[in-house]
Amino acid sequence: MSLSEHSIDVAKAAALAAIAGATSLEELREVKLSHIGDKSPIARANQQLGGLNTDERATFGKIIGQAKSALALAFEARNQLLEVERDARVLVEERVDVTIPARRTLKGGLHPLTILTNEICDLFLGMGYRVAEGPELEAEWLNFDALNIPADHPARTMQDTFFIEPQESHLVLRTHTSPVQVRTMLEEKPPIYVICPGRTYRADELDATHTPVFSQVEGLVIDKGITMADLKGTLDHFARSIFGSDVKTRLRSSFFPFTEPSAEVDFFFNGRWIEWGGCGMVNPKVLVACGIDPEIYSGFAFGMGLERTLMVKHGITDMHDIVEGDARFSQSFGMGVK
Amino acid sequence: MKVPLSWLREFAHLPEGITTNEIEDAFVSVGFEVESVAVQGSGLEGPIVVGRVLSIEKVEGQKKPIRYVALDCGEAETRFVICGATNFDVGDLVVVSLPGAILPGGFSIAARQTYGHTSNGMICSGRELGLSDDHLGIIVLPEGVPGEDAIALLQISDIVFDIAVNPDRGYALSIRGLARELAASLRVEFLDPADNVDSSDFDINSAGIQVSIDDPTTASVIFIRTVRGFNPTAPTPLWMIRRIEKCGMRSISLAVDVTNYVMLELGQPLHAFDVAKISGSLHIRRADREQEFTTLDGQVRKLGATNLVVADDDKVLALAGTMGGLDSEVTKSTSALAIEAARFDPISIAKNSRYHRLSSEASRRLERAVDPALASIASARATQFLIELGGATYVGSATAGQVPAMTSISFNPEFVSQLLGRLVPAETVRGHLELVGCSIEETSTVVWLVTPPTWRSDLLNPSDLVEEVGRLVGLNTIEGTLPIGRTSATLSPLQYRKRGVAQYLASIGFSEVYNYPFVNQEMVDTLGFTGARAASFKVTNPISEQAPLLRTHLLPGLLEAAKRNLNRGAKDLAIFEIGSVFRDVVKLAHVSPVSTGSRPSDEAIANIYASVPPQPLFVGAVVVGELERDGWWGKGRAFDWSDATNLALSIIELTGNSGTIVQSDLAPWHPGRCAEIQVAGKAVAHSGELHPRVLEALGLPPRTCAFAVILSELPVLVSKNAKPIFTMPAATQDVSLIVDSTVPAASVEAALVSGAGTLLESINLFDRYENLGEGKISLAFTLTFRAAERTLTAEEVSGYRASAVAMAAKSCGAIVRA
Repeated sequence: MSLSEHSIDVAKAAALAAIAGATSLEELREVKLSHIGDKSPIARANQQLGGLNTDERATFGKIIGQAKSALALAFEARNQLLEVERDARVLVEERVDVTIPARRTLKGGLHPLTILTNEICDLFLGMGYRVAEGPELEAEWLNFDALNIPADHPARTMQDTFFIEPQESHLVLRTHTSPVQVRTMLEEKPPIYVICPGRTYRADELDATHTPVFSQVEGLVIDKGITMADLKGTLDHFARSIFGSDVKTRLRSSFFPFTEPSAEVDFFFNGRWIEWGGCGMVNPKVLVACGIDPEIYSGFAFGMGLERTLMVKHGITDMHDIVEGDARFSQSFGMGVK
Repeated sequence: MKVPLSWLREFAHLPEGITTNEIEDAFVSVGFEVESVAVQGSGLEGPIVVGRVLSIEKVEGQKKPIRYVALDCGEAETRFVICGATNFDVGDLVVVSLPGAILPGGFSIAARQTYGHTSNGMICSGRELGLSDDHLGIIVLPEGVPGEDAIALLQISDIVFDIAVNPDRGYALSIRGLARELAASLRVEFLDPADNVDSSDFDINSAGIQVSIDDPTTASVIFIRTVRGFNPTAPTPLWMIRRIEKCGMRSISLAVDVTNYVMLELGQPLHAFDVAKISGSLHIRRADREQEFTTLDGQVRKLGATNLVVADDDKVLALAGTMGGLDSEVTKSTSALAIEAARFDPISIAKNSRYHRLSSEASRRLERAVDPALASIASARATQFLIELGGATYVGSATAGQVPAMTSISFNPEFVSQLLGRLVPAETVRGHLELVGCSIEETSTVVWLVTPPTWRSDLLNPSDLVEEVGRLVGLNTIEGTLPIGRTSATLSPLQYRKRGVAQYLASIGFSEVYNYPFVNQEMVDTLGFTGARAASFKVTNPISEQAPLLRTHLLPGLLEAAKRNLNRGAKDLAIFEIGSVFRDVVKLAHVSPVSTGSRPSDEAIANIYASVPPQPLFVGAVVVGELERDGWWGKGRAFDWSDATNLALSIIELTGNSGTIVQSDLAPWHPGRCAEIQVAGKAVAHSGELHPRVLEALGLPPRTCAFAVILSELPVLVSKNAKPIFTMPAATQDVSLIVDSTVPAASVEAALVSGAGTLLESINLFDRYENLGEGKISLAFTLTFRAAERTLTAEEVSGYRASAVAMAAKSCGAIVRA
């Protein structure tokens, strides 16, 4: 076949028609092979250029070149159009029902006691308190004697203590986290700012509002010039952080061997006063037993039950839910992330 | 303590019209919790009158005793009522509700036809009138006139406050003490009932029973007052019975009622001895030797040698301050009485009470310290009553010991403001201290000598005085201030660990639980615990004999909790607990008594610390069923032993440590499917599938898995330097090795790692094939190599592979699989 402008035009027109007529990317690929590829009429025409003289080569080269770029443009345009169409179709085809349940693993959760403990510790960490912990199986001296609760004093029988055999071991399951305060005072010099969360034990039967194994958090501050006003302010701040900024607290005069003056602290929540815990100024006898000079230092301490706090905070009506280890209970509290 | 308002009013001049709530608030504000308020006679409406029983006719043919009773109710006509009670006779005075009366609970009385008669009213019991909970039958009155208003006669309408008295305030277990507190709180006048008694009427002489305090540690002061000619059948007057009843006690006989009445009024326990049973004089002493003794409740008790007793010349008569003896108690024929009032040593009384597990009205007061000045006054008051009400004649009084002088407290009144953080003027301080009974000698404006009253032996130091002022000023008048710590505040590594581990496990589907740490021996045996894990501490007084031991491991509690969850319908379950365990494996120091008068020596403190066992912190978990559930996506995947090990290892890695896995057979795990994980050569965790027999015994599904990691055993790592990240291309080499099936994969991996050279970046076991026969298995690994600054050549990498294989061949007998 000899080169002619006409033949090139015909080939170009046929190619353009084929490109326009391709309805899928596969067809377009076929069209590219037969009309633009190495064996296409245009390509073959291009190969013939070498046999032409200089003038003809320039003339036909230009014509073929123009045809090739026109075809390339047309191909690219068609290709893009078909790709868009294909993408649109595939995306529609691949649509799924995303509302179908996606959880393949169990839902976990922290026990709310953990969440509450962390929240309280963080609050006090932010106020410069250290988190202090101690053993649950504790020496009687640290649980009682050092806290001005001598043997045979009625105050000792106030707390239904679990004793450990043999009696000479003088071990008890701690009845409060206060021995941690004693350990801290024995080990450190003032100023002391600690918050002590932990498990505690009293020989009460489990019922809707009592459990023999429960949790407390206690705070202890020993510094120069610490007053009961500091105690009140700290309790206010604590209560507001846990129960909301509109919560009020009140102190009621009371008795604890390890504080003097002593008070019960209540908070006003959902329209009523709720007993929260005990507090007071650290009894000088306790300071003396721990080697702290009460002429120089004073301090306050407070302690509350975490189960009770949880019950009020979350409207839990039965203690059994907190202690029975039912996974559904913890799951409902999730991770405690705010 | 239960106290009727009518009795409080006698000594506290309460304003007319004061409300119950105001009284309650007044008690609470000075530190007395009001446990309950009972409004007696509320909802009660007359006519309720005294009636005399004229005749009783039994209604025949009834299963229950039914009686038709004729009554003189002070009316023109005899009144007839039907009554089901039998504890009264003709001539008795009873309480009759007439038609139209309304009893508590809205029960209206009307004439009605019953048992073939017309019943024109009702004979009342104490419970029906809302006086008490006992149903001892109907009330038989000791006095009264037929037709008299019984509501007034019985002083029914009253308000009874039940007040919680803290253990430091023994004086407040009395009308005297509580009236004083109420008056102080309301700032109204208080009349001390002790001032009404003139004990000088009863001179000390040798005519009556004599007394001695043989051991000065037993009591500080005692009075014995003797009377004779007492009429043992004289009735207790109704007003006295009613007051005793309102305080929650019961009327027994005039002699006993008098001692109880005076105790309730003043707070001084009294005991009445039958003089005829006393041989010689009375002695306050220790029991000195173990002996049997019958208390007046009829119980034979074994006295301990150090028990505090009241004895005569021959024998023990009473467990002092706790309970009298059966043999010397006042009976229906007692005509000569000796009234004892003593200020016994509180600790000795507490020990008596604890030794015999016997808490009485007397011991509750005496162990909280009774006003020593009352011994004389209360015994005189009781003597007066016995003379006035029982026709007795005074014989004589004896006393021993004396009222101890109160120690003055050197007190700076400014200390109140300093400790409370609220300005309290010196004049207010003075006023309030005087209100509670202190006397003040002002040596200078900043040094006062404050002497507490005899009833306040709890006031010992300046802080005690601040409390007294504080509660009267009102603790709620203190404005809060917020101190900020001056110490370094951070979590300890173990605290970070607890948080991190809990958050990790909860975020991958585990639910946190807190189990009671109590277990029983059967569980220990079922789980096959031996050694340290069988070395339990025993609770002396467990909540349940079913679980008297402290846990040595978290698994018992977790397995029980798992079971509980499954019983409640759970199918797939993953629970974990973080908690301490208790193992009796360390020889503990023996603690001797340590004084609290000053800081113990470092040695003594170290000894106390060494008396407490170490209590390692564990995390444990139990998993039942599937890790990935069946669902629309197809089949699920069961959680297996390797998942358990992966998690235990991951927890160790959370702390920056790395663990080495060793094959183990520790109970209660499956002996072939238990991994021990070591860190720095020490076992810190176990993981895997639980023993099928254990699971069967506990009723848990087969293939249940568990792991436990000792969080407190993991080393705390100091921060380590970061490794540079190499960015040149990695080269991978696969190697498939045949080894004996007994060779652990971990050993083969370790050999490859040691032979592969320093450019080995990672190694991954991607296949394990068992069916080769002849006890052989194949293990296939991918080795990834990377150099810091160049691309590795194929020859180089093949060389590393070859040396890795050579090492595996040498140490594990591995051969390359063709």
